[in-house]
Amino acid sequence: MESIAQLLRLIPKYDKLPGMAQAIIPVLVSCIVIFALLALAVLFLVWMERKVSAHIQDRLGPMYVGGWHGWAQTIADALKLLLKEDIVPAATDKLLFKMAPFIVFLGAFAAFVVVPFGASSFVTDLNIGVLYIVAVGSLSVIGIIMAGWASNNKYSLYGGMRAAAQIISYEIPSAIAIMTVIIPVGSLSMVDIVNAQKGGIQHWFLFRNPFIFLAFIVYFVASLAEVNRTPFDIPEAESELVAGYHTEYSGMRFAFFFLAEYANMFLVASVATTLFLGGWTQVLPSSIAHQFIPGPILFFLKALLLIFIQMWLRWSLPRLRVDQLMYLSWKVLLPISLVLVLGVGWLAVYW
Amino acid sequence: MLTYFKNLGLGVVTVLNSMRVAWRHLFTPSVTLQYPTVKWKMPERSRMRLFNKIEDCIGCSACARACPTKCITVQSEKRGKDEPEIYASDGTVIKLRTVVYDIDMTLCCYCALCTFPCPTKCLVMTGEYEYAVYDKKDHNYHFAKDKPMTVKAPKEQSTEKA
Repeated sequence: MESIAQLLRLIPKYDKLPGMAQAIIPVLVSCIVIFALLALAVLFLVWMERKVSAHIQDRLGPMYVGGWHGWAQTIADALKLLLKEDIVPAATDKLLFKMAPFIVFLGAFAAFVVVPFGASSFVTDLNIGVLYIVAVGSLSVIGIIMAGWASNNKYSLYGGMRAAAQIISYEIPSAIAIMTVIIPVGSLSMVDIVNAQKGGIQHWFLFRNPFIFLAFIVYFVASLAEVNRTPFDIPEAESELVAGYHTEYSGMRFAFFFLAEYANMFLVASVATTLFLGGWTQVLPSSIAHQFIPGPILFFLKALLLIFIQMWLRWSLPRLRVDQLMYLSWKVLLPISLVLVLGVGWLAVYW
Repeated sequence: MLTYFKNLGLGVVTVLNSMRVAWRHLFTPSVTLQYPTVKWKMPERSRMRLFNKIEDCIGCSACARACPTKCITVQSEKRGKDEPEIYASDGTVIKLRTVVYDIDMTLCCYCALCTFPCPTKCLVMTGEYEYAVYDKKDHNYHFAKDKPMTVKAPKEQSTEKA
């Protein structure tokens, strides 16, 4: 945000605006920048998802819109969703029904405030950044339950309840897995965590010690469940619950759920990138000179790699049963992550 | 406790296994054909749209009699004796002038029973399958080119009846 404020000062007579406006305008501008970035990323991710799933199933996926491998397909889809009728069923709780998609999206959107895309390209560097992400990221549960309840539809309600149970359960192992990174850094700030991993691939926490490597896997599995992706997609299991909590939604509100889903995917991938894959730092060891790939691009590439693994897993694994889901969270991931925290702490004290 | 870790290990191995399968399929060439630009090669004897090479047709209406759905309408009349003799490509003398030769493809059941009795083999089923039209009437294909010889023919009939 500081860099945005500096850019804004180049506007003539910007300094003569009232102090209130000078405080608010950079915030608004950075919000718009993040929203645009997120929307573009989501458009790309939806296209990528369709392409990856198609090729894993020996198909081609979208090929026509836009010319080259259907790159404009998702833009066309988004325009279609914008133009569609916004149906609010008669027996719904109107206020909650209309609010829910935006709250779900808010959770994903607000968390990006602290994600450092590059050495200086982040909105703000909270000193409790990771805690903030964990807290704000789970805001979407409220929106999902609101959507499920307000729809007045059994499938939506089932989906909402399952989502709540699942997301709350998986918050715990993922938060504890994040702790394994915080122990060696000694700071909750995302920027500090990235700076601690500077200097090439061997300095990434992923390869720093075996406990953190396992913690990365625990975090990855738990984050898959947090964003309701296969194999943990029971809240929107299309074969059981039509579409889960967003069954009754159409048009723009459905588009917001869709946007939030992919924004959440991107969020957990970027958090994993920041914590374990060194964020925007260079891949090659710093002893090699002339590394010219800009930080933000590296960040996106690393996040895309993780998102690709998410998509790959989606087409590899079948959906878990509800009891298996809870078993995995409480009896497998939670004990493992606790052991890992102990291990990292032991290393931090006695190494 | 031991079974717990065994199950855990089995789970990890299974996940990696299924990921391996998915990875292999990611690079398998796609089986999709981009239909309007790339098309299946139709088999040689595929039975799609009927086609009558009207130059070879002798107007015998054997096909119309064979048709189980009566989708072929043939009307022919005798050629005059003073007209020059014409032959089909296999040498058969064409003695009739085919005035109407209509095939309504909306009625056709693609049994190909009409093609077997054809003496000059001029009625065939082609591999052509893209013949969607905006009007159902356009599926009635008119093959006849000959015009009725004279307008007096119906008059003669009417005088005979009277």
